[in-house]
Amino acid sequence: MEKLNPIKKVNIICSKGAIEDVYAALIMGNGAVMEGIETNIFFTFFGLDAIIKKRMDKLHTAVVGNPALRLPGGLRMPTLLGIIPGMESFTSWMMKGQMEKLDVPPVSEFFDLITAGGGKVYACKMSVDMFKMTMDDFCEHVSGIITVGEFYEHAAGEGSHIIFT
Amino acid sequence: MAQKIYAGVTVDVNEEGYFTNPSQWTKEIALEIAKEVGIVLTDKHFAIMEFLRNRYNSGDALSVRSINHSGVIDVKTFYQLFPGAPLKKATKIAGIPKPASCV
Repeated sequence: MEKLNPIKKVNIICSKGAIEDVYAALIMGNGAVMEGIETNIFFTFFGLDAIIKKRMDKLHTAVVGNPALRLPGGLRMPTLLGIIPGMESFTSWMMKGQMEKLDVPPVSEFFDLITAGGGKVYACKMSVDMFKMTMDDFCEHVSGIITVGEFYEHAAGEGSHIIFT
Repeated sequence: MAQKIYAGVTVDVNEEGYFTNPSQWTKEIALEIAKEVGIVLTDKHFAIMEFLRNRYNSGDALSVRSINHSGVIDVKTFYQLFPGAPLKKATKIAGIPKPASCV
């Protein structure tokens, strides 16, 4: 399907660190790489967890204060159930299993696919400074720690789009 | 349904040029489709296309991840062999329908 104004570049900002937030950014990013679209993914605030070596494959989903979360069968998950020890780990484990069934890889493997196709991954300088981190904390897929201004420089160009998640 | 002629054979394709009947595909046909999209096919191309066709025939979803686990080539090579949109190009040349997977 040839379009008149094709998307040439996507620049995704991932600002949250729950597993579904990170996957949303990675699926959109990987999908763009698969289409041959130039792709930059910028991780900021709690989104940084997705690129921190020790945390990236241990992300969780929120079981408290998540009104869309349902039990198998479709009943709403009561917030009080969410406070039971282990509930968050169990729910996150269930979710990862469901993703695996759809051929969605674990976070670190997802970055392998994205960078193999030429996608670029960046960390936000201000968040890195705030959380007192260095490049050593991040996985090898991260190209650099950049400022907001540099992010916009990377994002410049005709047919370029910015997506915030 | 549209039809196209490759290597002297008439084949059924959809409006985007993907095969709707994969059994009509031959290696000679692949060479001609590849020429259309500007790719010169090598043994490596054919090896991964065989993997894709087998996977399609057994009803498994086609994804970039499955290429990485194929044991044939890694994803980086896949992107080099079919520059641009590799899964779309590879399935088109391999004579199988456009993949419906998001990963």
